[in-house]
Amino acid sequence: MKHLLSTADLSRIEAIELLDTAEEMSLVSTREVKKLPVLRGLTVVNLFFEDSTRTRISFEAAAKRLSADVITFSAKGSSVSKGESLQDTAQTLSAMGADGVVIRHSGSGAPHRLATSGWIDAPVVNAGDGTHEHPTQALLDAFTLRRVLAGLPASGPADGARGLALDGAVVGIVGDILHSRVARSNVHLLTTLGARVVLIAPPTLLPIGADTWQCDIAYDLDAAIAEHSFDVVMMLRVQQERMQQAFFPTAREYARRWGLTDTRARALPAHCAIMHPGPMNRGFEIGAAAADSPRAVVLDQVANGVSVRMSVLYRLLTGQSAAAGGREGQS
Amino acid sequence: MNSTLIRAARMPDGTRGDIAIVDGLFADPADAVSPSTVIDADGLLALPGLVDMHTHLREPGREDAETVLTGSRAAAAGGYTAVHAMANTSPVADTAGVVEQVHRLGRAAGFTQVVPVGAVTVGLEGSTLAELGAMADSGARVRMFSDDGHCVWDPLVMRRALEYVKAFDGIIAQHAQEPRLTEGAQMNEGAVSAQLGLPGWPAVAEESIIARDVLLAEHVGSRLHVCHVSTAGSVELIRWAKARGIRVTAEVTPHHLILTDEEVRSYDPVFKVNPPLRTEEDVHALRAALADGTIDVVGTDHAPHPAEHKCVEWTAAAMGMVGMETALPVVAHAMADLDFSASDLARVMSARPAQIAGLTHHGSLQIGTGANLVLVEQDAAHTVDPDLHATMGRNSPFRGRTLGTRIVDTFLFGQRVYAAGALGAPLAFTEAGPWND
Repeated sequence: MKHLLSTADLSRIEAIELLDTAEEMSLVSTREVKKLPVLRGLTVVNLFFEDSTRTRISFEAAAKRLSADVITFSAKGSSVSKGESLQDTAQTLSAMGADGVVIRHSGSGAPHRLATSGWIDAPVVNAGDGTHEHPTQALLDAFTLRRVLAGLPASGPADGARGLALDGAVVGIVGDILHSRVARSNVHLLTTLGARVVLIAPPTLLPIGADTWQCDIAYDLDAAIAEHSFDVVMMLRVQQERMQQAFFPTAREYARRWGLTDTRARALPAHCAIMHPGPMNRGFEIGAAAADSPRAVVLDQVANGVSVRMSVLYRLLTGQSAAAGGREGQS
Repeated sequence: MNSTLIRAARMPDGTRGDIAIVDGLFADPADAVSPSTVIDADGLLALPGLVDMHTHLREPGREDAETVLTGSRAAAAGGYTAVHAMANTSPVADTAGVVEQVHRLGRAAGFTQVVPVGAVTVGLEGSTLAELGAMADSGARVRMFSDDGHCVWDPLVMRRALEYVKAFDGIIAQHAQEPRLTEGAQMNEGAVSAQLGLPGWPAVAEESIIARDVLLAEHVGSRLHVCHVSTAGSVELIRWAKARGIRVTAEVTPHHLILTDEEVRSYDPVFKVNPPLRTEEDVHALRAALADGTIDVVGTDHAPHPAEHKCVEWTAAAMGMVGMETALPVVAHAMADLDFSASDLARVMSARPAQIAGLTHHGSLQIGTGANLVLVEQDAAHTVDPDLHATMGRNSPFRGRTLGTRIVDTFLFGQRVYAAGALGAPLAFTEAGPWND
């Protein structure tokens, strides 16, 4: 595993190893000195061609907790706005000695291009590309779900999740599947780990061709809640701009039919967790009762994001797998 | 008398024979008594010079991508003795002045007969008809009009264009792409686009325009040519229209006969093209349609781009592939599994395009017509290396592929512009000559 571009590239064993290493990393975040020396002297470049404060600071925190030097390159304050190409940017970073590149880009496939073009030799982590994938988001979702299924605290240090997969879990992903990189990464990863995924969306927000995916597809959220005993429902953010593009008639109609309203939240099984990749549109795709319910693990997802990204950076930049490295780091 | 005798070539019909050229025209070998040049074509296949109905030569305006001269050399190297230069230059070829300029540059280059295509609408903007009559009457004698790169989407403008060109037996070549259905489109819409998260270009966006246009052509009794047909559904519509007696002709590119959207998984923009690469099912339907004549011609849609337009991420890359220098070998390769003979190759790559475009000196080996000819070696496995091509564009999707057919010689009105696998001397297009007929 040289790069992390798509969760489709991860085997079940690799995925479990990444989650297990993330468990080790989650211990670090509770220590007085939240740092491991494992990437000392290495440079991680955060290459953000698209605004995303949350993902960027999560990767920054992850790299810093592993003692790496972090350079953040955001397109707005860079030469990209002056017409510099991805190739030139990549080669510039390479010349500066980047040991790992975390890339966020509005164009699907840009990380793949960076990794395969020969412009730069460093490992590439996809931090979200267009409407393609967001692998570390799926990993943190899987990490959180694994904790929930095992009856453990959704975040923070805990024992008992290591080595487990997600066999038998039923996951509902609701909302704008068409434009969601989170949904694509989750369909691959969660099914690789043995979960069953049900996508629920208006037909206009499901890609043509989604019927070839390894998952079920439904249009009616109430029927899906009645039919499946969900272990988790994941509400996707609906971008403001979709409302102008006539994917659905009005925001109110969307909220009525596909929002996690208070009534629907009550209809979910008692054990069902509620996830959201953030930031939430309260009152739109998710109501207050669901968002503020003890079953909502949205903030746990954020906390776990740092652990999962530490695991990915550690794995890619040191070439070491499994939890052995993490334990060594604690000594 | 300047004469050439080509000995023992294999003809498209499978027979073997000699071909004589006297003063730029095919002649009876018996009349070429003491030829100035004798070429041994033993083991080579002779085809009438290829005719491309769809080429982008980029000049004027984008001479960093291609010029009429470099594009003409690529044509000669690919066996093309006539190429239609699309109108999406800068300035757009929407006036007599621009088409005459392209025509003149083609004559000056002398490696192929450059036939300018006129724009249908001013600036390719789809709203106002360009001066089609003036371009038809110009020195370039334009007969084919196209807004290629853009669809003439307005049904009323399309109707008027189809009707208007009847006055001079013109033909409208439509780039069938419903614009609203393809806003931001990056690749074929289907299982692969769903996975790659790239905005889709649905087949229906092509098919709905073709359906509309064949009905318009029927209604006004005009000739319609459909550029770069790419879907199985389009094939069905054209088959239906032809059965109904509608005067429609259709084109397919070499790349749509062989490549599918699976290539896009690499995110390598060399595979980014418009219309996009489709599915395996579409590829098979296109091959069958070319074999049975539903699709009349192969057009290359040769689209050179400078490296900086392709050495970028997929979504930022330009659409288009070069194709003139690989067209014949790719088509021969794609059609190898079908019952597709050398005379079929001659039909779809030379005779039919010449007939549709009204080029009387191209498309056959008939005595008395222009000596436009290509000699081809058929079992000559070679690996495609775009860096060795005559075009300035390096954006060939066939880099590294092994192909079996090789162009050996190209004769343009008797002038050996491509000789034994290398560029030869250009033809001097003089004031008097059969090319003026």
